[in-house]
Amino acid sequence: MVYSKQQKMTNAIIFIILCIGAVFMILPLLWMISTSFKNREAVFALPPEWIPKDFQFAKYVEIWTAGPLMSGIINSLIVAITVTVIGTLTSSLAAFAFAKMRFPMKNQIFLLLLSSMMIPYPAVMISQFIMFSGWEWVDTLLPLIVPGLFGNVVMIFFLRQYLYSIPNAIIEAAKIDGTSYFGIYARIIVPLIKPAIAAQLILWFMGIWNDYLPPILYLNSPEIQTLQLVIANFNASYAIQSDYPLIMAASVVSLLPILIIFLIFQRQIIESVAISGVKG
Amino acid sequence: MKATSDIYQEGNASMVKKRSNLYRKEKIYGFLFILPPVIGFLLFTLYPALYSVYGSFTDWNGLGQMNFIGLDNYKTLFTDNFFYTSMYNTFFLMIGIPIGLLLSLLLALGLNRKIPGTTAFRVIYYVPVISSLAAISILWQWAYNGDYGLVNQFLGLFGIKGPNWLANTATVKPAIILMTIWKGLGFSMLLYLAALQSVSRTYYEAAELDGASGFSMFRHITWPMVKPVTFFLVVTNIIGGSQIFTEINIMTPTGGPEYSSATVVFYIWQKAFENLQMGYASAMAVILGLFIFIVTLIQFKMNERSSFDMD
Repeated sequence: MVYSKQQKMTNAIIFIILCIGAVFMILPLLWMISTSFKNREAVFALPPEWIPKDFQFAKYVEIWTAGPLMSGIINSLIVAITVTVIGTLTSSLAAFAFAKMRFPMKNQIFLLLLSSMMIPYPAVMISQFIMFSGWEWVDTLLPLIVPGLFGNVVMIFFLRQYLYSIPNAIIEAAKIDGTSYFGIYARIIVPLIKPAIAAQLILWFMGIWNDYLPPILYLNSPEIQTLQLVIANFNASYAIQSDYPLIMAASVVSLLPILIIFLIFQRQIIESVAISGVKG
Repeated sequence: MKATSDIYQEGNASMVKKRSNLYRKEKIYGFLFILPPVIGFLLFTLYPALYSVYGSFTDWNGLGQMNFIGLDNYKTLFTDNFFYTSMYNTFFLMIGIPIGLLLSLLLALGLNRKIPGTTAFRVIYYVPVISSLAAISILWQWAYNGDYGLVNQFLGLFGIKGPNWLANTATVKPAIILMTIWKGLGFSMLLYLAALQSVSRTYYEAAELDGASGFSMFRHITWPMVKPVTFFLVVTNIIGGSQIFTEINIMTPTGGPEYSSATVVFYIWQKAFENLQMGYASAMAVILGLFIFIVTLIQFKMNERSSFDMD
C-alpha cells in the first residue's frame, strides 16, 4: 500500500490526538507522584509546582511509621501468593479434567460452575460473612484465602479453551506408556500451557492485590489489614490534617508492585487480556 | 459404567475388562481433579446465595433468631426512598459506559493505523486499568479538591472557577463518571484494538476499489465486525457498574451530599454491616443478583445468535 500525502497528514493528526489523550491518562498519576515529594506547604502553592522546589523524600520515610504499611504489604502478599499458587494448581487440574478426560456429567458440572459467574459477590457476601463469623474467621485472613484455594472459574474456563488446541494423541500416547494422570498433568499439560497459566496467574494476582470489598468486611484490626485498606485508612485519617504528601506517598508505594509487574510482563498481560477479556 | 460397556461392546472379553478398568481410573481421577472447584462452588457460592434468598424473607440481624416475615422486607423496599435514590444513582453512573466505549473505539481506530509508538500508547492507556481502585479513588478525591485539586487548577487555566466536586449534589456524580471512564478506557480500547486487528485488510481493499468512503467503510465493515466486542463490553460494564462500591466508599464515605453518590451495593453494605439489618440488606442483594442474572442470560442468548464469536 502506498501512503498518500493526505494519509500521512491524517496519521500525524491522529498521533497528536493520541499524545494529548496519553497526557490526560498519565497526568493524574504524575501529579500523585509529584505531590508525594512535596512539603505540606507546597501542596497549596498556586500555580501548582509540578517539580517541587523543595524536593522531599521525608514522606517516604514517614509512611512506614505513620500506619501499618509494612504489615499491609505482607498481609496482601500472603493472601495473593497463597491463593494464586494453590488456586492455580486446583484450577489447572480441573481445566485438564474438563478438557481432556472422560467422566459422566462432565458438561453439566462445567455449566454449573460457570453459573457462578452470574452470581455477584454482593449477593453472597452477607451469608458468607455470617458463615465465616460462625467459624470465628472474622479479623483473620482466612475468609480472603480459603475460598480462592478451591480454584477460579474464569481461569478454569480459559485454560480449558486453551487445552482444546492440544492434540489428544499426545495424552493417549502417555496413557499407553502407563503415565499416571497426575504425571500427564505435571509432565505434559503444564509445560504445554505454561504461558497461558502464567498470564492468568498474573491477572489473578493483580485482582487480589487490588481487592477492596472483601477485606473491608472482614479485617478490623490494623495489623491484619491488607494494603488497600491501609492506604484507605491513611486517606481517612490524614486528609483532615491535609497531609496529602503522606497519603500520596503511601498510595504510590501501594501501586508500585503492580506497576512493576505490569511493565515487565506488559506484552503477555495485554495479549492475554485481549484474548480472554479478563481484567484481573 | 453403563456408558463404558456401550462403547466397548465389541472386542474380546479381556480387552473389554482392561479398557473398562482404564476408564474407571480415568473417571475417578477426573472427578478428583474437578472436586475442589465443585466443593468451592457449593460451599462459598451456591449455599450462601440460597441462604441470602432465605434470609431476605426474615428479620435477620446477624445475631439473634431469624424470624420468617414473608415479603415484608420487599414491601418496605418499595417505600424506601434511600433504596430508590441508590438505584437511581447506580443507573445514573452508568451514563459513563457509552461515553467510555465511544472514546475507546475512537482511540483503538487511531492505534490501528500505522503510527509510531503504538506499544507505548497501549501501555500508558492501560496503566489506570491495572492500578488499584483504592489508590485511584484516593488520588481522584484529592484531584477533585475544591481549592487545590488538579481538576480545578486545570480549569483555572481557562479562567473557570471549578466547584468543590465531591461536596455538591450536582457535580458528585459527573465527577465519579469521569473517573470511571478514565480508569476503564484502556481496557475497552484494548479489546476493540484486538477486534480491529482481526478484521482482514481485504475487506477494506475491496471496498476501496468499489469507491466506498471512509465513513461507509466504518459503517458497513468496521462497526459490524466490532459489534460482538461492543456487546461484550456493554454487558460486562453493566454488571460491573451495578456493583460500584470502592470509589463511593473512599471518595464519599457517607454516600455523598444528600446521599447523591450512594450506590446499591453501598446501601446494602451500610444496611448489613453498619445497621445490622441483614434480612433487609439480603432482599436488596437478591434484587441485585436477579438483575445481574438476567443481564447475563441476555448475553448468553445473544451470543448464541451472533455469528461472530469472542474466541
